[in-house]
Amino acid sequence: MPTDAAPLLQVKDLVQEFTVRETGGVRGGTVHAVSGVCFDVRPGETLGIVGETGSGKSTLARSILQAPRPKSGAVLFRGADLVTLRGTRLLQARRYLQMVFQDPFGSLDPKWRVRDLVEEPLIAYKTGDRNTRRRRVDEVLELVGLDPAGHGGRRPRELSGGQAQRVAIARAIALNPALVICDEAVSSLDVLIQAQVLNLFEQLRAELGLSYLFIAHDLALVKQVSDRVAVMYLGKLCEVGPGETVYRQPLHPYTRALLDSVPGSPQARAKKTIRGEPPSPIHPPSGCRFRTRCPRAEQRCADEEPVMRELATGHSVACHFPLVPVARSTPHSEEKIARGPR
Amino acid sequence: MSDALLEVHDLKVTFGGQGREVYAVDGVSYSVYAGQTLAIVGESGSGKTVSCRAVMGLLPPSAVVTGSARFQGIQLIGLTDDQLREHRGANVAMVFQDPARSLNPTMRIGTQIAEAVTTHHHVSKAQAKEQAVELLRLVHMPLPERRCVEYPHQLSGGMRQRVMIAIALACRPRLLIADEATTALDVTTQAQIMELLLELQAELGMALMLISHDLGLAASYADEVIVMYAGRIVEQAPAARLFEQVRMPYTQALFEAIPRLERPAHTPLPVIGGRPPDAAMLPQGCSFAPRCRRAADDCRAAAPPLAEHEPGHRWACWHPVPPGSGGPDAD
Repeated sequence: MPTDAAPLLQVKDLVQEFTVRETGGVRGGTVHAVSGVCFDVRPGETLGIVGETGSGKSTLARSILQAPRPKSGAVLFRGADLVTLRGTRLLQARRYLQMVFQDPFGSLDPKWRVRDLVEEPLIAYKTGDRNTRRRRVDEVLELVGLDPAGHGGRRPRELSGGQAQRVAIARAIALNPALVICDEAVSSLDVLIQAQVLNLFEQLRAELGLSYLFIAHDLALVKQVSDRVAVMYLGKLCEVGPGETVYRQPLHPYTRALLDSVPGSPQARAKKTIRGEPPSPIHPPSGCRFRTRCPRAEQRCADEEPVMRELATGHSVACHFPLVPVARSTPHSEEKIARGPR
Repeated sequence: MSDALLEVHDLKVTFGGQGREVYAVDGVSYSVYAGQTLAIVGESGSGKTVSCRAVMGLLPPSAVVTGSARFQGIQLIGLTDDQLREHRGANVAMVFQDPARSLNPTMRIGTQIAEAVTTHHHVSKAQAKEQAVELLRLVHMPLPERRCVEYPHQLSGGMRQRVMIAIALACRPRLLIADEATTALDVTTQAQIMELLLELQAELGMALMLISHDLGLAASYADEVIVMYAGRIVEQAPAARLFEQVRMPYTQALFEAIPRLERPAHTPLPVIGGRPPDAAMLPQGCSFAPRCRRAADDCRAAAPPLAEHEPGHRWACWHPVPPGSGGPDAD
């Protein structure tokens, strides 16, 4: 992994807020969906973003694509700040930044045939003539594991969920993007189909040198495809680091809680989960946003907002009282007990 | 073990008819005991939900149900709607996947719970309201009195699911069926709801049935796990046993396909090709044979019966995964 290469995508202090209106258009409050998020994605790298419902991870993805425009911050993609670009220049920059959504049937026009669906982005960007486009469509369909002759003429409703998601992926890679944002792209699929599509993402990464921003709520799934993992809670990143390190030695109590909530073996049952509900993003807690549910919270967490700091190489956390890493000497079967509930 | 609370024997559910019958459930047998948690696991269309709804009498009239399902000795199959209504709620209650759609958006939470109470018990409105608060307290809802006068849209997904569980518990059922009850929830909320269900089970002595597509969830919270494929049970074992030693290749494929935290990143997940068969065109032999790595000629010739090959461990396979070659924890 080239760590010194210039980042492909640089997100700096991204803020996205929405105004909620009550009856009669009265201003009801501000939803702090994304609050000052910073991260990089390097060429060829997959950055996973894990977070629960309402953590702002989907809003983050859309804000990167400038749909809608973020409230403030910068999104540097291949050197250009998307936030300052307008019209055609934004369209041209976004050509290399594609997205795959959760529900393939919702993102594919039910009346179109598969071949036309995959050709559409090529037409939109006026790529080649009709024949080159058709050749490219066949090529891309083969690449995602669909048969151009067999599946090309079908409509979305004649496809299974896994096949439809492959069509959505074909659309995303047709223009040779540098970065693909996957927002819960495999979450609606059955586990066996999900594994097939995950493997397809990995195969395309290797063959086309793609980078991904892989967003999902499932930590194990994110870790499977990611080089680095960022954990998001209520509009802020709380921990960023190499996937393996975040899993072995989480520094943020919220990451610990997420890890403990993953259903695993029967032994995993004794673990303690965090209590309560995430607070409303309209009135986020002062200081650290996780403090209302955190077992380690103290007065300082309410008074002072923790800043992101690097505790080990490439492993950063935004917490006043990060978890002290447990010395590892045993294989993972015993380790579960060793780092069990505190 | 004591007598079974629910005993299902050779349950079959067909849809369609007129020469083109589709078996959604094909000869399923199992028992549920008081205080036990039984999980039924399978992919979409494996028949896990249909088999439970058949027991509850919740299938559309087009479904033909045969076989036997005895609840404390009473035969449920063939009961009229009125008789079934008597049985549901009082004996068996169900919690569904989508609490937002199961709750009435125009009714206050408390009224909806009170309604469930008054349907089966003759109590005054005031008493029912009191019980509603009590039930919300039982499912650990913060500020139960205040929540009672709120509407479903004012609650989060996890809180709505707690309300659904409160409604299900209104008549103290002996059996609670949770049909993908935590699928739409976040992991931390899912863990909270699962803990709540197990805690209530211990407190009230209920039997619990988990219907889920998630083998990992089933194996970590259930006592006994049943795996279904194409309308049939293909493997059944105590959860701990299944973690040690999977015998049916389909169960093994399910286990292997789950992304696990212990796996190093970027390693390809072992996958099997193909899709579950169309229920209208089941292959002659084992329905999993076309996708199975271990399939041989005899698998395509005749379907293997589900038999208890080892104490407590049943599987339906001619060529099971040899012992020692890998439960999911063996890697």
